[in-house]
Amino acid sequence: MTHDSFVVKEGLMDEFQKATGITVKQIASGDAGELTNKLVLTKANPIGDVAFGVDSTFASRALAEGVFAEYASPEASKGAQRYKADDSNRLQAVDVGDVCLNIDPAKLGGVEPTSYEDLVDPKFKDKLVVENPATSSPGLAFLLGTIAKFGENGWQEYWTKLKANGVKVVSGWEEAYNQEFSATKGDRPIVVSYASSPSAEGGKTKAVLSTCYRQVEYAGVLSGAKNSADAQKVLDFLLSEKFQAQVAEQMYVYPSREGVALPESWAKDAPLPPNPQTLPADKVKDNREAWVEQWRKLVQG
Amino acid sequence: MALELDSITVRYGQTAAVSDVSLSVADGEVVALLGPSGCGKSTLLRTIAGLEKPSSGSVRWDSADLAGVPVHRREFGLVFQDGQLFPHRSVAGNVAFGLRMRRVDREERDKRVLSLLELVGLDGYASRRVTQLSGGEQQRVALARALAPSPRLLLLDEPLSALDRALREQLAVDLARLLREAATTALVVTHDHDEAFTLADRVAIMSRGRIVQVGPPAEVWSSPVDVETAKFLGCNKFVPGSFVGLDAERVGLRATALRVDPSGSLEGTVLERVHRRDHVRLLVEIDGEEYEAVGPVSVGDRVRLAIDLDGVARIG
Amino acid sequence: MLPLAFLGLFFAWPVLAIVTLGLREGGVLDVVFSGETWELVGFTLGQAAASTVVAVLCGLPVAFVLARCRIRGLGFVRAAVMVPFVLPTVVVGLAFRTFWPDGGVLPIVLANAFFNVAVVARTVGGLWAHTDRRAEDAARALGASRPRAFLSVVLPALAPAIGSAAAVVFLFCATSFGVVLVLGGSRYRTLETEIYLRTVELFDLSGAAALSLLQFLAVLAVLVLGALARRRRETALSLRDREELARRPYGGEWYVVLAAFAVVAALLTPVVGLVTRSLSTRDGWSFAGYTALATRGDRGTLAVTGLDAAMNSVRTAFDATVVALVVGVFSAVVLVGLRRSGSRIAEVLDTALMLPLGVSAVTVGFGYLVTMDALPGDFRTSPSLVPLAQALVVTPLIVRMVLPVLRAVDERLRQAAATLGASPLRVWREVDLPLVGRSLVAAAGFGYVVALGEFGATSFLARPDAPTLPVVIARLMSRPGELNSQMAYAACALLMVVTVGCVLLIERLRVPSSGEF
Repeated sequence: MTHDSFVVKEGLMDEFQKATGITVKQIASGDAGELTNKLVLTKANPIGDVAFGVDSTFASRALAEGVFAEYASPEASKGAQRYKADDSNRLQAVDVGDVCLNIDPAKLGGVEPTSYEDLVDPKFKDKLVVENPATSSPGLAFLLGTIAKFGENGWQEYWTKLKANGVKVVSGWEEAYNQEFSATKGDRPIVVSYASSPSAEGGKTKAVLSTCYRQVEYAGVLSGAKNSADAQKVLDFLLSEKFQAQVAEQMYVYPSREGVALPESWAKDAPLPPNPQTLPADKVKDNREAWVEQWRKLVQG
Repeated sequence: MALELDSITVRYGQTAAVSDVSLSVADGEVVALLGPSGCGKSTLLRTIAGLEKPSSGSVRWDSADLAGVPVHRREFGLVFQDGQLFPHRSVAGNVAFGLRMRRVDREERDKRVLSLLELVGLDGYASRRVTQLSGGEQQRVALARALAPSPRLLLLDEPLSALDRALREQLAVDLARLLREAATTALVVTHDHDEAFTLADRVAIMSRGRIVQVGPPAEVWSSPVDVETAKFLGCNKFVPGSFVGLDAERVGLRATALRVDPSGSLEGTVLERVHRRDHVRLLVEIDGEEYEAVGPVSVGDRVRLAIDLDGVARIG
Repeated sequence: MLPLAFLGLFFAWPVLAIVTLGLREGGVLDVVFSGETWELVGFTLGQAAASTVVAVLCGLPVAFVLARCRIRGLGFVRAAVMVPFVLPTVVVGLAFRTFWPDGGVLPIVLANAFFNVAVVARTVGGLWAHTDRRAEDAARALGASRPRAFLSVVLPALAPAIGSAAAVVFLFCATSFGVVLVLGGSRYRTLETEIYLRTVELFDLSGAAALSLLQFLAVLAVLVLGALARRRRETALSLRDREELARRPYGGEWYVVLAAFAVVAALLTPVVGLVTRSLSTRDGWSFAGYTALATRGDRGTLAVTGLDAAMNSVRTAFDATVVALVVGVFSAVVLVGLRRSGSRIAEVLDTALMLPLGVSAVTVGFGYLVTMDALPGDFRTSPSLVPLAQALVVTPLIVRMVLPVLRAVDERLRQAAATLGASPLRVWREVDLPLVGRSLVAAAGFGYVVALGEFGATSFLARPDAPTLPVVIARLMSRPGELNSQMAYAACALLMVVTVGCVLLIERLRVPSSGEF
């Protein structure tokens, strides 16, 4: 089972099948949240054997519900362990996809924001569009980033200022990026998107690397797996050099394995953010709903 | 006996639409079920056709009980008041319908359709659309359609009452001839006694779910079983038999019972002249009672009246 | 029994299972009694009612033109009103956003109505085309003005179809998801979006169950009201052939025609915008989006090519339509039969058949997860679940379109056929089928188009190696890169072409053979 965004380079799966004799059947199950919930719902009789796509926001829930079985993949030590969710070896980090502000330099005319704080500057009034954290996963990531940055008691003030500075909220990434962002169709030059997005725009946009929130995508063997030996091999494969080498190109994310080269356009337009914001998984799990509710009252009330 | 009804009762919830009706129709006989609307005659017809289930009693054909035989296997034809032609089929398509159901082959079917259309006086109408026909034409097609598969029994439910009067009378005569020629066994439901007497060999009078009298038309006409039946058959005045010189306790007088005739035995005063469809009715006072009569006189005249026995019905 | 078994297996069971799961967690009453919940219920029903009114008002002139007028361009109108129905809600939502950048209630209502004008035009037009004109003429002769005759004679005659259409539209609007999400932001939320949010993102199954129950009750209440309204209107109409009824409009009728064309023009505005977007790039006009349909998208966004997805859509929708036709026609026949015998079950079944339209796709989808593994071969991942789920949505539409016409067939016509020796099956084939044939074909075509455009359940169930066009479009829209976005719009255009093609094909089929009714 995977999230909807799971794509593998053509031929790679066939190669894997030839080498191991294992046929992998993919069942896409919505975004990270939907996938996690489906896994929890079917944990007694799981639909698949291995799951990929549970992200750092939802990892705690999946772990708490006992969806995943322990498996210490030999491949995990090649870099994946850097992003581990906990010490239980049940989830292995497959890739990293950071959520950052993207900007349209042409429209901004040389005056570019470089930090969270810049966004409340009147220079950037009515320039920012964000996604609703209640309905959009990058929206939530951005909110979490501001919480990590300004603290559990400081983010509210920051958002009040953002609101005063004309932030626009839309429900999903599609609208924000395809409809509002000035690099595509709209007239807002700053948008919440992914660190990797500029790689698809041929140098017209760039990410503000100091405004990133780290999202890690995990895979694990399901605890009720019917073919757990094969499932472990699939997990190894997800962490292998070959698979890791194509995640950037295919899924717009950064490989978790060390020493895997990024495509050329990425090195130029979309490098991996060096010091992203993060929050401990448990904290996210415990406070997410309350934060979103608070945000809703604050920004939309 | 071809058709036998044995103590049939049809209930809708608490009310009995038909109670304890027994009747038989002989092979080749035409029987009319005559009664006012709501007397249960249509329900009885539908029960015979198999469209309603009797609560008790049985419908038999040639002594075989039809209880388990569904509508489409009874081989009874049914003609509705308003034709109910299939609007998506041509005239010929309608007439051929029953033949197709009986898997009659095409050639024979076409022949039969043409002969039936000729029989009902609609030669040349075969390819017409039924929605373009007049009411009378539609009813003829409905008749041809019902007759085409040569049903063992033809059921006609108020076949002519949707038509205008002139057409109705014309068609009643045609229908009577047609039924005789084809030697059809038929049961006609009607509330029009003219129609019943024109068509039927025997008439069964129905009232409030029961058959109250069965007999040849002349007998029923001249001797209705009770006052109610007599009223239904056109009597509007009831007098002792002695009044008209008959040996009966009670007789009913129709409008035509008294006729102005200088040699008549009764005498009265003309109160009013009323123009009816094809004649003039007089309102005459005889011994302080008002009677209807026929004759060409004017109001206020003192007239003598003769008795026309055809207008008198002996009750009981 | 077949329709009930189908409904039970693929609707009632999964929905009950997931709702029970939520109820067991407790806390349902807290949700039910919170003021916020009731605001949600109020807004959901309010916007659905408003959308229904707009859709009916816009749909009636179009229905009139389709049913009664003999003018050029009818085929075009017929096809044009169907197009919105298949467009993915995300795309339409975005199109409306260009006119109302901040969203709001008005665009939500208009967008919902936009999708549903076709339902009204089709359902009402279907009956109108066969309603005898003479009653109307009689009213006119009795001195009624044209509007008066319309209100007192035509409208009551059409009431069953309008009621049917309104019920369907209301359900669609009450459960509309994408439109509300895109145009409502998070200021305007409905039960549907909230159920989705709670089920999928928050995993608050008890809250979702509570809201699902409320949604269910609200929908049920509306359906029962609708059924009561319909019951008073039970009539056997004298059906006539459209050819005899259609004529060139004259006098005031031209205003109605004008209104109809205005509606069609309004419907086509977003469509034109969409086609424009599929052709324009930052660097001028280009067919890149269309040529990309033969590929898997910019750097393999999709697991299959756009054309494969289109083929898959066409096939899946076909299967769904066949299932829905069988179940729907069967249901309609049973309903007419039950109703004739005065059975109460008829009304219950009638209402039950409509419910799938009023329950969240996400509730059904999650229900499948916890139930379908009990079916042979772990049905949860079976590709046949997609057409079955689509059929669930299409069936009520088919029932609603066929039922009024079937009911209008005089019972004695069937009896006449029976006395002539036709068995019940034969009666159905010889009488009902030809009489309802035309609306059956129309219903099938309509159902097919609905299945083509179905997104909620399909996106939940479709496997990545066998997506449908709407799923592909949503996926392309969720990826950066101009080519992907252009390809998404091109895929919309393709979907529209397929739709129009289907509608035109059906038109062709409907050319009267031997005096078809």
